[in-house]
Amino acid sequence: MSRTFIGMPAFPRAARTATADAQLRHNLRAATRTIRGKRAAAVGELDDWAALRAAGKAVKERTLRHLDRYLEQLEASVTAAGGHVHWAADAAEANRIVADLVQATGHSEVVKVKSMATQEIGLNDALREAGITAYETDLAELIVQLGDDLPSHILVPAIHRDRAEIREIFLRRMAGWGVPAPEGLTDDPRALAEAARVHLREKFLNARVAVSGANFAVAETGTLVVLESEGNGRMCLTLPETLISVVGIEKTIPTWADLDVFLRTLPRSATGERMNPYTSTWTGVTPGDGPQEFHLVLLDNGRTDVLADEVGRQALRCIRCSACLNICPVYERTGGHAYGSVYPGPIGAILTPQLRGTGGEPEASLPYASSLCGACYEVCPVAIDIPEVLVHLRERVASAGGAGHRVEKAAMAAAGWVLGDGRRLGAAQRAAAAARSLVPRRLPGPAGAWTDTRDLPAVPGESFRRWWRDRRVGGADTEAES
Amino acid sequence: MSGSRERILARVRAALADVPAGERPADVEVPRIDARPAGRGGLDVLVDRLSDYRALVHRVAPEELPGAVAAALRRRGARRVVVPSDLPPRWTGAWADTDSGGTSPAGARVLRDAGTGIAALDAVDGVVTGCAVAIAETGTIVLDCGEAQGRRALTLVPDYHLCVVRADQVVDDVPRAVSLLDPRRPLTWISGPSATSDIELDRVEGVHGPRTLEVLIVG
Ligand code: SF4
Repeated sequence: MSRTFIGMPAFPRAARTATADAQLRHNLRAATRTIRGKRAAAVGELDDWAALRAAGKAVKERTLRHLDRYLEQLEASVTAAGGHVHWAADAAEANRIVADLVQATGHSEVVKVKSMATQEIGLNDALREAGITAYETDLAELIVQLGDDLPSHILVPAIHRDRAEIREIFLRRMAGWGVPAPEGLTDDPRALAEAARVHLREKFLNARVAVSGANFAVAETGTLVVLESEGNGRMCLTLPETLISVVGIEKTIPTWADLDVFLRTLPRSATGERMNPYTSTWTGVTPGDGPQEFHLVLLDNGRTDVLADEVGRQALRCIRCSACLNICPVYERTGGHAYGSVYPGPIGAILTPQLRGTGGEPEASLPYASSLCGACYEVCPVAIDIPEVLVHLRERVASAGGAGHRVEKAAMAAAGWVLGDGRRLGAAQRAAAAARSLVPRRLPGPAGAWTDTRDLPAVPGESFRRWWRDRRVGGADTEAES
Repeated sequence: MSGSRERILARVRAALADVPAGERPADVEVPRIDARPAGRGGLDVLVDRLSDYRALVHRVAPEELPGAVAAALRRRGARRVVVPSDLPPRWTGAWADTDSGGTSPAGARVLRDAGTGIAALDAVDGVVTGCAVAIAETGTIVLDCGEAQGRRALTLVPDYHLCVVRADQVVDDVPRAVSLLDPRRPLTWISGPSATSDIELDRVEGVHGPRTLEVLIVG
């Protein structure tokens, strides 16, 4: 049985549990800091970063404001290129479509490329109920799947696991899923990656059906785009006979030429690389090369609700780079599971409550899972103003009557906890320093009502500890390990 | 599920009620990114970026190519390699021009692809191809399954990829590459060998794609 995010405790309780786990905190802290540094260097290399960010934002904005037209164009292009397009209003419908398509091939196993959309709809569980086994092939997803675990980061889903834990999972579980881990497996990352290679190779070479998501879908040409590192994506997209891609409607971009903006911003924001090792694009089917049957499942599942909110709509610009997770002082403390959704961190805090509505306690508490320091906005390659949407959603929660007030009280306690400790505050402030001018005392527009009666947490111009550190001779950085 | 199609499109339209009826997509302005001046030492940058990804890189003169291919295969100890059916025979040394390929000067058996099965591909030691475009700024090689590149599986299943890049295929940056490529073809953008950083962010080269990428830049 794989676990599910549904029924997880609301953020305040989940966060308390997570922060009590010293190992988790240590793993996370080391990992997010490393990626953060790499990202800053890779972004610094481009002198037109600000222009690229503005262009990425505008391309997505153009798409969203005319999404109906682009979706119809995408459908026509994919169909003209020999693919089939299906529309899924919600998770249940998407799962049913995929299960039916797999069953129609006569096969009962599929290989999967890491995809947030299929996690969001719980596709693997639905396939299992239909008698179909889904194999995750991204190394981190494999670790999560074998460990009966949940992903905790958009890009590095097993970021909360260290090498010793991964070795343990491989030794214990690989045999049950296929080729067993080799005897004498060490916890050297090379050895672990090799064990995964051997385990998965058997799957790739025998797979007849693959399921993927996509980073982008080009309306003009019907081209789908997947960025990855390991080559598992290429394996799944190339070797099987049938390919089924489940893609959120917001992944659409207008033209092939628009792609260049994102090919430059996504890898640098995500892993701090100039380019990810592999990018695959395909348009319908190509005779004699790759899958000869291609299905695109266009997924709504709450996205049109997000689209309907003029302030919250910008969350649909997200290209899932995870830069906002890696910079967030709250995420660094709590880890991804505390957010109770496949979308953790700052983007999860605004996307999940919008996709699922704020009626439930876990969703309603998410807009409070933030110190509103603004660092997430600063790093976002498509300039999503996450603090603005957070405050907007807080207003929505607070105005929901009795339930809203109960949740708000619990959630405010969590915010107080995040900001209530010297070290935690220090972390929040360091992250905020670069972005301090971005957070106004009172938010303009509809969200203003929430700030009328509540103070936004103050973000000082410069934290005392940073000031102290910067003025010491040699600037030796001895940040307290919290 | 045409019911859902109409429902989703109707929901999208309702959600966009705030967008003025007369607004066209072009009215949402997208700032233009200026194309960079061409030819800023592109080849040197490419070599630098490829090496950064731990690809093996050599620059060779056109007449040295067959020797360089043979030397690379010999260094690699490759005994059986596969090549696209239209790879210029000269690249691997003129082999017997038969369907089954021939033997390169390196002593490697060269199989010309004729729909070779996946299991057979898995059994070869490497693949030799050309490319469509190479991007200096990012150290990226793009294959579009065109001339001298073959099917996607060829450059995926074998563990070693020897790729020949002509100097006139090198462009400075991503926008230039995007403008040259035909999206109707299946494209594979390769930046260094397969790699993962999923275990404590330690970079490990080679998971599923070729673990070694060797590049010969000609000209
Ligand atoms: S919100 Fe922005 S920074 Fe966060 S994952 Fe999405 S694109 Fe990246």
